[in-house]
Amino acid sequence: MTTRIGVVTFPGSLDDRDAQRAVRIAGAEPVALWHKDKDLKQVDAVILPGGFSYGDYLRAGAISRFSPVMETLIEQAKAGLPVLGICNGFQILAETHLLPGAMLRNNHLHFVCRDQKLRVENADTAWTSDYAAGQEILIPLKNADGRYTADEYTLDKLEAEGRVAFRYLTDGPEADGYGNPNGSLRNIAGITNEAGNVVGLMPHPEHAVESLTGGGTDGLPFFTSILKKLVTA
Amino acid sequence: MSRTPLDTVEHAAATPDVEQPWAELGLNKDEYARIREILGRRPTGAELAMYSVMWSEHCSYKSSKVHLRQFGEKAPQSEAMLVGIGENAGVVDVGQGYAVTFKVESHNHPSYVEPYQGAATGVGGIVRDIIAMGARPVAVVDPLRFGAADHPDTRRVLPGVVAGISGYGNCLGLPNIGGEVVFDACYQGNPLVNAGAIGVMRHEDIHLAKASGAGNKVILYGARTGGDGIGGASILASETFDDAKPSKRPAVQVGDPFQEKLLIECTLEAFREKLVVGIQDLGAAGLSCATSELASNGSGGMRVELDDVPLRDSTLSPEEILMSESQERMCAVVEPAKVDRFLEICEKWDVIATVIGEVTDGDRLEIYWHGGKIVDVDARTVAHEGPVYDRPYARPDWQDALQADDAAKLPRPESSDELRAQVLKLVGSPNQASKAWITSQYDHLVQGNTVLARTEGDSGMIRVDEETGLGVAIATDGNGRYAKLDPYTGAQLALAEAYRNVAATGAKPLAVSDCLNFGSPEDPAVMWQFVEAVRGLADGCLQLGTPVTGGNVSLYNQTGEAAIHPTPVVAVLGVIDDVARRTPAAFREEGQLIYLLGDTEPEFGGSAWSQVIHDHLGGLPPKVDLERERLLGEILISASRDGMVDAAHDLSDGGLIQAVVESALEGGTGARLVVPDGLDAFTFLFSESAGRAIVSVPRSEELRFTDMCGARGLPATRIGVVDGDAVEVQGEFTLPLAELRSAHEGVIEGLLA
Repeated sequence: MTTRIGVVTFPGSLDDRDAQRAVRIAGAEPVALWHKDKDLKQVDAVILPGGFSYGDYLRAGAISRFSPVMETLIEQAKAGLPVLGICNGFQILAETHLLPGAMLRNNHLHFVCRDQKLRVENADTAWTSDYAAGQEILIPLKNADGRYTADEYTLDKLEAEGRVAFRYLTDGPEADGYGNPNGSLRNIAGITNEAGNVVGLMPHPEHAVESLTGGGTDGLPFFTSILKKLVTA
Repeated sequence: MSRTPLDTVEHAAATPDVEQPWAELGLNKDEYARIREILGRRPTGAELAMYSVMWSEHCSYKSSKVHLRQFGEKAPQSEAMLVGIGENAGVVDVGQGYAVTFKVESHNHPSYVEPYQGAATGVGGIVRDIIAMGARPVAVVDPLRFGAADHPDTRRVLPGVVAGISGYGNCLGLPNIGGEVVFDACYQGNPLVNAGAIGVMRHEDIHLAKASGAGNKVILYGARTGGDGIGGASILASETFDDAKPSKRPAVQVGDPFQEKLLIECTLEAFREKLVVGIQDLGAAGLSCATSELASNGSGGMRVELDDVPLRDSTLSPEEILMSESQERMCAVVEPAKVDRFLEICEKWDVIATVIGEVTDGDRLEIYWHGGKIVDVDARTVAHEGPVYDRPYARPDWQDALQADDAAKLPRPESSDELRAQVLKLVGSPNQASKAWITSQYDHLVQGNTVLARTEGDSGMIRVDEETGLGVAIATDGNGRYAKLDPYTGAQLALAEAYRNVAATGAKPLAVSDCLNFGSPEDPAVMWQFVEAVRGLADGCLQLGTPVTGGNVSLYNQTGEAAIHPTPVVAVLGVIDDVARRTPAAFREEGQLIYLLGDTEPEFGGSAWSQVIHDHLGGLPPKVDLERERLLGEILISASRDGMVDAAHDLSDGGLIQAVVESALEGGTGARLVVPDGLDAFTFLFSESAGRAIVSVPRSEELRFTDMCGARGLPATRIGVVDGDAVEVQGEFTLPLAELRSAHEGVIEGLLA
């Protein structure tokens, strides 16, 4: 039986087809989910893709969080459904409080699109098991509101529980993708929930699955990780 | 609130002597008389509004039309052309059943007044042109020109324009894959914000802007109509109403990219279900343009109930509704049986859609308001039979002196140290410096099909088909300095450069779109520049076999007596069978051989060197040899297809050294160069002779590559090797990559800080 991974399209989602392509390249079957539809079509995992859902109006992710599809998704995520939020998807997950913290406007106030060096801090989540802990990877990043923020207590808790999944690498030349691109606290690029089934990050792994179009394939293990987990489950 | 009687057709016929504000609306006396003659009465206020805006320079091309005809008359035979000039955008066959539509437009004036919204709505407008052809937009490009880089106002205009393009384009999910950024004092009060877009569709999906089939419904969908973008209409409004309403409205439109994204998806879904007979986007002149063009292009007339137009501001007058340039609106013609399904799709995407009229028999465009008929015209007279002027033109009296002021007489560097210093100064000058601060604000990755963008290659490249690897490439180029020295040659140089850039990445050039930016057509000198440039471009396209599929003319880029440099910007679209074969610009493999293709002459007129080192503009631009360009293109494409070169970079402004530095920095690998026999180091490094490129050739391919060049008669000179971490010109100087990088990068942000 093929593994079915849903990709939700909200009004203003942009990287939804790209996430579907990444799922397909990894060998799973992408299933399009629609924001107005509560039915998750019995998928095995869900990706909330990047984009500007609802134009980022009010606050990035703030309106999408109340979509009908999210009602079911929040419920099932709490019950263990693997969910990956990429960029705008991460912002939406933060709005639902499935993941703690929030994304503020980049500290330099500009949209930034660049290849970014990350370190995989937690290779035990549903979406990162094909990486090795401490592995350094190059993943494109593109956003205007990417500055991860949380209170000190939450940050300490995330660190203590090993829930910082990815960190921006800063110890190298900018031309090679190093540096904190947006002022995120503690260089946090992505986090996971306690159970490890819900992961959110600002960089775009779905744009690093083909050497021809993304400048590398360092993002592919996101999609093979989940596939293996679901196949062996 | 007192109100004068509604100015219906009947009322107009009964009151022939009412004074009308034709002059305030930009019409001249003869044009107003012509409208009266066409109608056999005075126009109603609404009719006057429509004629004035549709007969404006921007919409009617009245000053340029007689010259633009050459693009059709001299069009080369091309099997690729599916839809030519006259539609929203041209369409080209790229094989495997795919068609590509592309176009470049200007949004110059609004971007100076309000940089963010001006640039943002420029992107919005060109993208709607692409959707209106039935295509999914797949990429945008932005050729930009600003005043002097260190001028205080550039600090206002540039960041606003870039943020507008970034804010709007990124939110639409369209990768930004190319363009230009040029600084020159001549653009100080007249920045040029040109925007291009590419769309892809299957042949059977091509849609046209025409209303046919009596009884078919006219549906307006997208944003509500508001008071934004109304220029002259407020003059009419104040005639009709008293002062109890807001009168002065912003003349620059405000964009909502989220609405546009919904419009794209909703339109494409309607196309997929074959629900659309004809379609037109609402851009300049809004509903006036959409209704009159749809009716004029189709076989029937049209009846519109203006009361049914969804409004953002209920106090708008009918004239204002007709002239509003509110963004993110489109107009579709749909068969009655399919209207419900069309409206359902709009509802799915939360897009407001309203039936506002229907196609009728005959040729009249009739518009009703509050039960009265306020427009009754032959649509053709509004949309297509506007005034045409053959404005006087004359070669300016200063042209000879300008051309006599030869750049060859400028002092040249006298030592190797001075040569080295000039190279550093050149690559760190605003026009030659890295534009990363700008391009990093654009999303070039979205849609996952971008093969080349930014500085990765000479043209942007997009994969069209994931299975076969079919792709398209686009490059935009223009050099106002060359065109100022000789507009005919300057236009051909712009064409040649864009053609060369496309070929350098391995794609075959197919077709051309242009954006012709000039000063006031009422100045005979400017008009001469325009006439020469058009003639040059049309002749060039004929010779290269790349037809002009459409484009845009922007006139009146002028502050007082000072016109901008004549700036024809040319976009060339190419096709590549397999994007995996593309040629990037970066030097990557140490030991590969660097070859210079083409002939190098001492040509410095209009060059970057003459500008950066001497602040000089004079002499003649480089000579053009389009047969040579074609041969060079063929060699570059063959070399790419057969894997003979690993990198290619065209030579243009800044000459050979600029290209070598860019390829070296892009790949992070240096180059050792030797000045070839018969050339001095200065000419070798800084000449801007056209028809040239550098390539890096793996040693295993050298013989095959040089044999091919020899057999085809293209001069190929071995000038060095990819090596080390510096750019070295033997016997002259060594420039470490780190030093070049620090000179080349950070320049733009430094100036704007």
